Parts: sequence; structure tokens; C-alpha cells
Amino acid sequence: MKFVGLIFSNFKRHKTRTLLTVLSIIVAFVLFSYLAAIRKAFQMGVSVAGADRVIVRNKVSLIQPLPQSYQAQIDRMDGITISSQASWFGGIYIDERNQFPQIAVEPEKFLRIYPEFVLAPAQKQAWLQTRTGAIAGRKTAEKFHWKIGDKIPIMATFNRPKSGNVWEFDLVGIYDGIAPETDTTQFLFRHDYLDENRLYGKGNTGWYQIKVKDPKHAEELARRIDETFANSPFETKTETEKAFVKGFAEQMGNIGAIVVAILTAVFFTILLVAGNTMSQAVRERTSELGVMKAVGFTDVQVLALVLVESLLISIIGGAIGILLGWFAVSAGDPTGGALPIFFFPPEDVIKGVVLIILLGLITGALPAMQALRLNPVEALRRE
Amino acid sequence: MGRWFSQLAALIEFNVRTLPKRFGSAGEEIFGIAGVVAVLVGVLSIGQGFHRVMTETGSPDTAIVLRSGADSEMTSVFTKDNVDVIRTAPGVARAGGEPLVSPELFVVVDLPKRSTGTSANVPMRGVTKNAFTIRPELKIIDGRTFGWGKNEVIVGRGALSQFSGTDMGSELSFGQNRWKVVGTFEAKGGISESEIWADASVLAPAYKRGNTFQTAMVKLASAGSFDQFKDALTSDPRVSFSIKRETDYYAAQSRVLRLLVTGLAFVVCSLMGLGALFGALNTMYTAVSARSRDIATLEAIGFRGGPVMISVIAEALLLALIGGILGALGAYLAFDGYKTATMNWQTFSQVAFAFDVTPALMISAILYALVIGLVGGLFPAIRAARLPVATALRKA
Repeated sequence: MKFVGLIFSNFKRHKTRTLLTVLSIIVAFVLFSYLAAIRKAFQMGVSVAGADRVIVRNKVSLIQPLPQSYQAQIDRMDGITISSQASWFGGIYIDERNQFPQIAVEPEKFLRIYPEFVLAPAQKQAWLQTRTGAIAGRKTAEKFHWKIGDKIPIMATFNRPKSGNVWEFDLVGIYDGIAPETDTTQFLFRHDYLDENRLYGKGNTGWYQIKVKDPKHAEELARRIDETFANSPFETKTETEKAFVKGFAEQMGNIGAIVVAILTAVFFTILLVAGNTMSQAVRERTSELGVMKAVGFTDVQVLALVLVESLLISIIGGAIGILLGWFAVSAGDPTGGALPIFFFPPEDVIKGVVLIILLGLITGALPAMQALRLNPVEALRRE
Repeated sequence: MGRWFSQLAALIEFNVRTLPKRFGSAGEEIFGIAGVVAVLVGVLSIGQGFHRVMTETGSPDTAIVLRSGADSEMTSVFTKDNVDVIRTAPGVARAGGEPLVSPELFVVVDLPKRSTGTSANVPMRGVTKNAFTIRPELKIIDGRTFGWGKNEVIVGRGALSQFSGTDMGSELSFGQNRWKVVGTFEAKGGISESEIWADASVLAPAYKRGNTFQTAMVKLASAGSFDQFKDALTSDPRVSFSIKRETDYYAAQSRVLRLLVTGLAFVVCSLMGLGALFGALNTMYTAVSARSRDIATLEAIGFRGGPVMISVIAEALLLALIGGILGALGAYLAFDGYKTATMNWQTFSQVAFAFDVTPALMISAILYALVIGLVGGLFPAIRAARLPVATALRKA
């Protein structure tokens, strides 16, 4: 127990410095939490893209449509479980600043292809029965304070309705994500309603979402689909969902990579500065460590004493930092909606803990070992 | 008063001269602050560069006409009859009796990025002859312009640098159409440089667009005729348009990315600012405690608390200034002019741009550094001024 007293008296020696060091470490690890969340956000859900899904789109570009007549041909192919039409709607809810993806899909098939979109059975039934029905992700529903039963007016941009300029949807469900990575900002409505009520583009679909029987054959299947429609007026480009999402994330360019690189540099800079101060605190005690050895402490005891002290500082700072960071990240993304997926990935906690321990060990051990290498007499003479 | 200042001057000189001896701890503050400033400037230069592309594009005497409800060229569509209505509207500039209206098509094509090889949505614009009259800043810098009625394209400088297959003489194939690249153009750094241009009458059938256009660019008789032009068209019952000045339209386009960048910059920089502040505080407390004996001696021989305090703050500011300048210069060297491309979410297509470290950005970052230095110096300065002389002298 006598050691505890020793450790605390060391903390109290430079109260301000100890406090500042702990605060720096807290800041570093809050930053660490943001870093983890931002990295995840820029991946745009690549890690959860279903391995058993492929996306078929027009080869020229994503904005060119495909005929709905392809669906029957696709469904007949070997290795395919189910397919759904999907079209980008691109309308405006009240103000063009309110951005969330609006996509027309085939409800039953869509929910089978995307089991991570969790919808209560009663709401699902309502969606299947309501032609004008739509479901929204939890995040978007909360953002606009929507309740089930609300009428959601969305102004058309390129999808003009048969009359007027506004599409009205009935909100019949609010879906949740099975994992935090699941995008719950989408607004999904029925493709048959889109087709029935639009002025142009009837009989087209934006792309096809397909569930395959065996992910191992997804690539091969993609090739077969593209071969089937080669040299037609609507050639296709088929990719696994992972490749598709990744390609999409790449479109953001290396901005994500640059931001992550900058943040990483910052994080280590702060750690370096804090670590330097911690080492300094040990280094200036060289003569004291000499005294301790002279009065009979063993090397191991002295080393342990120093390590416990530096570990305590880094653990206190790191733990508070990660905790604060976790809260801050959960409060929402700092960009006001530009990053739809923003959360602290739990697997990064482990990385954080490793860093905290390394920080404590290195900053304590290096100067302590230097001090121990001196023989006590010399250490004492140093003063 | 004169005595007060001479004391202060002597103290500052003393502090600065002893700085090299405290290199380690002074370095900590400089290093920390340089880091903050470099990052602040770096991150904000992304938004700045993107914004620059968007604002260089517009001209206040050009209007852009979209279908009402459309928020970008991508989501707009109208027919040829509508174009005739625009051509006869008041306020439109004319050249040789011909109204300067340019109906255009805007599509995206899939091209691989040079950097990653992954596909990107590259904007492609179908234009008529007026497009060149309305955009006098557009200049062919290599090759020639495309032939009217031919499957030829010209490629913007930005697109050329970012996307494969756009080199002079190569052939692009989109679907069943082949296009030959016959020229490269620049447009004063504006967004057109990210685009590929072709004859609208060739592009329309290739993309099954029939007799429709997506936007019309309109040269106005003067910047002041905008309201007249807009009012005439919005009250015309035959059409339903949304009309904006080109400058406003493009400024709005950079909103999402700016939001993203400034949001990130805010979080990063407030955290880093805190980190650097703690570093600065540490440095200055160390400096004060290392010199507590000197300070006490000075006070014993008649130096006053005020000058002592200010001299400590001055030292902290000096270190912050050095750090700030180093950081800003470092960011300038590392980031300025760095070329990249990103997605413009409003049009769903790529925009090539370069990071832009402006003097204003650097100066505001250095000011931020000085604030950190000021706060970082203040508390240690108070401690220095309040040192009990006798105890401090007895120390060590």
C-alpha cells in the first residue's frame, strides 16, 4: 500500500502539469473517436454491403434507365433468388436543403433482398396494401418529425406526375437498421405507383437489385447478365453491391482519405506532445530514482512504480476521452447531414485501449530505464 | 510610465534571449500550434478550392433556366417549344438580331478515374453554337473544337487530368456510340473544365432525349435586366421555369461539400485548438517555474508585476506566431494547388478542383494561433506576477 502513497505524491508534485497532460490525452482520444466515425462514414457502408447482392445498371451511366422487360429475363437465370426494380426519385421535400435519398422499389421483394431494413409486420402489410404508401428510415423520420399516417408531399424534379407538380405519399412505416451501419435516411416508396403516376419514363427502371443464391458465383453471374444484354440498345453493367458501393465511395474522391490522414497526424501529434511531457516528468526525477535504489528498492519495483504512474495518467485521460468522444459522436455528425452514416464503431474501442496502454508504457518505460541504467551514486551526483 | 515600458522591454529581451535554452519546451508549443494551423488551413482549403471552381464559373449577366422544381441541371427537363418562349423573352441579349440563348443537354457518362481506376460520373454537355458566345472565357488550348453534326467531343482541362480515356485523339465509347476526342479547353478554372462537350443535336439521339433540353443559358442585355427577364417568364402561363443567376446557381451547388468540410474543420480545429492550448499552457507554466528564481530576483530589485506578466504573455504570443507562420507555410506547401475531383451531389457528377490556400485563410489561421497563445500565456503570466518573492528566492 505504501506504493499508492508514493504514486499520488508524484501526481501532486506538479498538479497543473499532471492536469494539463491528462486534459491533452482526453482531447486526443475524443479526436480518436471522431476519426473512427469519420473513417467509417466515408466508407459509406462498404462493410455492410451484402455479399449476396448484385446491382444491374445501365452501362452508359447510372442516370440512364433500363427497361422493365429485362426483369423477366433476369429472373429466369440460374443462381438468382429474386430481383427488384429500383429508381432514383430525386424530389424535393419542402426545401432543397432537405436532402435524403428517395427511391422507388418493389416493397415485398426489396424487403427480402435487404433484410437489414427492419419493418414491423403490420407496417409491412400496410405498405403492401397502400399504393401510395411509403416507408422512411428512423433518422429521416425523426429529423422531420414524421409519424405513421402522415401525408408526405414531395415536389417532383424530373419525375413529373400526371397532374400538378407534387407527389403525395402516405407514410405507412418507419424502418430501423439491423446494425448501426445501416442507412436509415432513405425514403422508400412503391415502384408501381411511380410508374402509374409519372408522365415520362413508364416501363423503365433505374437499376435492378438482385439477391443471388451463392455469393461465390456473384461475379460470374454478373458477367452472364452483361453478356445477355450486350449489343442491345440498353447494355448493362453488373457489379456486386460491394463493388458498387465502393465505386460510389470512390466518387467522393480522396477527400475522405485526406481528412483521415490529417486527423491521424493530429492525433499522434497531440500524443507525442503529451507523451513528451510525461517522459519529462520521469526524467527530472532521475536522482530520486537513484535515492530509491540506494535505500533498497529493486529495479523492478522502481520501474513498476513509474509505469503505474504513467499508465494511470494515460488510462484516466484515454478512458474519459473515448467516453466523451462516444457521446459527442452519438450526438450527431458535425456536418448537418452530409454524412448519413455516423457512429462510433465499437471495434475501434479495442484499438483505442491498445493505444492507451502503449502510450502509458512507452512514456514511462523509456525514461525510467534510462534512469535505472545509471548507478545510484552517479544518479545522486547529478543534482 | 516610461520606467514601466523600459522594464517591459528589458524583460521581453531577457525572455527572448533565453528562449534557445528552453528549446525543448518552447518547441512543444511551436510544434503544437503549427500543427493546428496547418490542419485548419489544409482542411478549409478543400472547401475553398471547390467553392472557387463554383464561383469562377458564373457571370452575373448570365441566367440559367431550369424547369420549375428542378434544383440542378441534372433534374431539369423541358421541350424545344419552351426554348422558343425563352428566346422571345424581354431582357435577353442579342447578337446580330439572334437572341443569345443556349439550350443544353446535361448527362453523365461512366469513365474510370485516373487515380483509382474506379468508375466516376463524368458530366457531359450537349451544346449549340450560342454556348461558346455566352461563355467567352472558354478557350481551346489543344487541338480544335468538335465539328457540328459529328461524333466528336472536346474535353475540359480538369476532366482530362482526372479521368482516363480523355486524351487527345482517343475514342470514347458510351453504349453504342463512339466519340473522338479532338480538343481540350480551359474556362478560367470554372466548372466547365470538368466536363466533356459535344454537339447537342448528336448527343440527344444518342441518349434518346428526343426534342428536349435540360437547361438554357441566357446572356442578359445587362446584369440589371435579370428581374425583367425572370418576371416575364415566371408570369408566362405557357411555361413553368425556375430562373437563377448563374452565379447564385453555382454558389448553391457547393453547399453540401462546404457543409461537410466546414463541419469537419470545426470539430477538428476546436479539438486541436484545445490540445494546442494545453500544450501552450504547459510550456509557459514550465517557463515560469524554471525562471521563478530569476523572476523573484527581478521583482526584488524593483521590477513590477505588470511588466513581468505582460512579458510572459508576449513570449507566449511570439511562440504562437512562429508556430502559426510555420504551420500556414507548411500547409501552403503541402496543399495549395493539389488537384483532385469529387462528387457534386446536386448534379450527381464529378467536379475537378484544386485545393486553394488563400492568404485570407492563412491569416485567419494565424490569428487563431495567436488567440491560443494569448490564453496559453495568460494564466502562467498571472502566476508569474504573483510569485511570492521570498519563497521563490529561497527555492532551489
